[in-house]
Amino acid sequence: MNSKLIWSLWLLMTLAIGSYYAYSIFGGGDKTQLLIGESTYGHFQIEMACETCHSDPFGGPEVLQDACTKCHAEELKAALDSHPKNKFTDPRNANLLKIIDARYCISCHTEHQQEQTRAMGVTLPDDYCFHCHEELGDERPSHEGLPFDSCASAGCHNFHDNRALYEDFLVKHANQPWLLTKEHPPFINLNLPSVSAKIQKLAALSIEDIDATNMLNDKNYIAQDWLADKHSQAGINCSGCHNSSDNWIDKPDHHICAECHTLETKGFLSGKHGMRLAENLSQSLAPIKPRESNLNFQDDAANKQQKCTACHAAHTFDTSFAATEACLSCHNDEHSLAFEFSPHAQLENNNFAAENSRVTCATCHMPRELSEQHDKKLLFVQHNQNYNLRPNEKMIRSVCMNCHGLEFAINSLADPELIRNNFNGRPTKHVESIDWALKRIKEN
Amino acid sequence: MKHIIKALFFSSIILSLNGCGEGEQKAGIDPKIYTDSLFAVMKADRTNYTKLIIKRLGPAGADKIKPNEHWEDLPEGAPLPAQMFRAGAEAVTELTDKFTYSLQSTWPINSQNAPKTPMEKEGLEFIAANPGENFYGEEKLGDVTYFTAVYPDVAVSDACTICHNEHKDSPRTDFKVGEVMGGVVIRVPL
Repeated sequence: MNSKLIWSLWLLMTLAIGSYYAYSIFGGGDKTQLLIGESTYGHFQIEMACETCHSDPFGGPEVLQDACTKCHAEELKAALDSHPKNKFTDPRNANLLKIIDARYCISCHTEHQQEQTRAMGVTLPDDYCFHCHEELGDERPSHEGLPFDSCASAGCHNFHDNRALYEDFLVKHANQPWLLTKEHPPFINLNLPSVSAKIQKLAALSIEDIDATNMLNDKNYIAQDWLADKHSQAGINCSGCHNSSDNWIDKPDHHICAECHTLETKGFLSGKHGMRLAENLSQSLAPIKPRESNLNFQDDAANKQQKCTACHAAHTFDTSFAATEACLSCHNDEHSLAFEFSPHAQLENNNFAAENSRVTCATCHMPRELSEQHDKKLLFVQHNQNYNLRPNEKMIRSVCMNCHGLEFAINSLADPELIRNNFNGRPTKHVESIDWALKRIKEN
Repeated sequence: MKHIIKALFFSSIILSLNGCGEGEQKAGIDPKIYTDSLFAVMKADRTNYTKLIIKRLGPAGADKIKPNEHWEDLPEGAPLPAQMFRAGAEAVTELTDKFTYSLQSTWPINSQNAPKTPMEKEGLEFIAANPGENFYGEEKLGDVTYFTAVYPDVAVSDACTICHNEHKDSPRTDFKVGEVMGGVVIRVPL
């Protein structure tokens, strides 16, 4: 009798536990319990959309590799990746692959292993370069005796993106002054079109042209905001974003913005602010709120959902506000708080530069880029911060060298204290890469 | 009688299986002919790119393109012949796993292109010591056995020798047109 009871209880409990996990996996239940470890900072936002990466429960590393490339391949290609997969597929590398199988991203970036995760989401010891470049000291006397954990940490090399660090580039831009120009920064031609090339610019609209007066009620301030905004000047009426009164969309989302601002939206959905809204997730997620991140944010911004309108307030869409004040309304770390007192901000306050050439948070973290669509050049703001955020040498060419010499930029980005105080002073670090490159040229 | 029928039945199966095997072997291409043919195409393309594109349109010709190691970073940049060859090898890995190939040298500008496996070293030494001859062998890499062929990579133009002799990373600076500068290694998994 006792035995029967025990077996029945065991069966019941097994079924209950099995059902709980089956519901979690297949029934759309809470998947938190299925996480095998804390996710990296790059992926924690989408960790509940498990099937985005784990698309096949029986797949091996190829399945995960597909997931990595689905989101990151384009960026790696643009960065002229120094170690793409096809560098390792030749059988002659078989012995090396036994140590680190560099054909797969997860060999170096293992997810859900927070205790092993180091800078750049790398889960290998920092001296990983040793396994393939053991004999480097024999070939380059300047590198003899250098510890292998310093290759990527000293401002000299990156595993993927070396566009600003390769030897010929260092030589070409050696001996530049710290400031390349005292005029306004030589940004890209700002007169280029900045919305999708397929959109035709329409005639400017006036208050009499508003096509949704019945929806305005007594909110005349909305009409005034719209009138002062570039949308009315570009001929975009209320219905352009909200649809007609019969099919009114009260709060248009990023899908509407994307109809014109295609590249900005694409970057937004790939970056930290909008990745939860990306189309390629296995399930829809709510926009991220600052309180869900472990970065330091302003208390009163804790619940501010990150949608287009979080920075570009509806109807005003003030890009000047979005470029600095919007950032500082959330970000509360030392670097952000020091911006106000930084030389870059002082330039702005002193009205040193023309309005469109001011140095703002966005100048560095969401720089303007050029794209070619339908044989037309298009100016857009890169809303994916990952393109130049980490490793910070990714910023050298796209941002720093618009104004500063290469050596000053490399040294500044290698100085953690200077980054903390938002570049208030001169770099105290000196990366020797340019010196060594010049020495080699001289010796040859 | 039953035993005789059974014996005949099984014999016919064994014979037919043997027959299939022989048929497959006869139908397949000899690895040597396979790699020789692949090399012929590679050599033709490589020579044509060097002479018809780099030499004709580069600084020594019309000066319309800039052959450069960092060609992707230049508006008019064009890959060097060796890079063009490697780009082909890398693209092939995306298309098939039936063979791989690489360009190597005992005097490489990039040390990653020096011979690594014992057979690569033996093959490159052989083709350097025996001009006009190829090298063939079998080697096991990882868990797979490969038919490995090594073919001489000869300097077909002064575009090759000048670049290698003047490059700061080149361990040899006295290459002459017509000399073996390295080798093309083709592998076929067996």
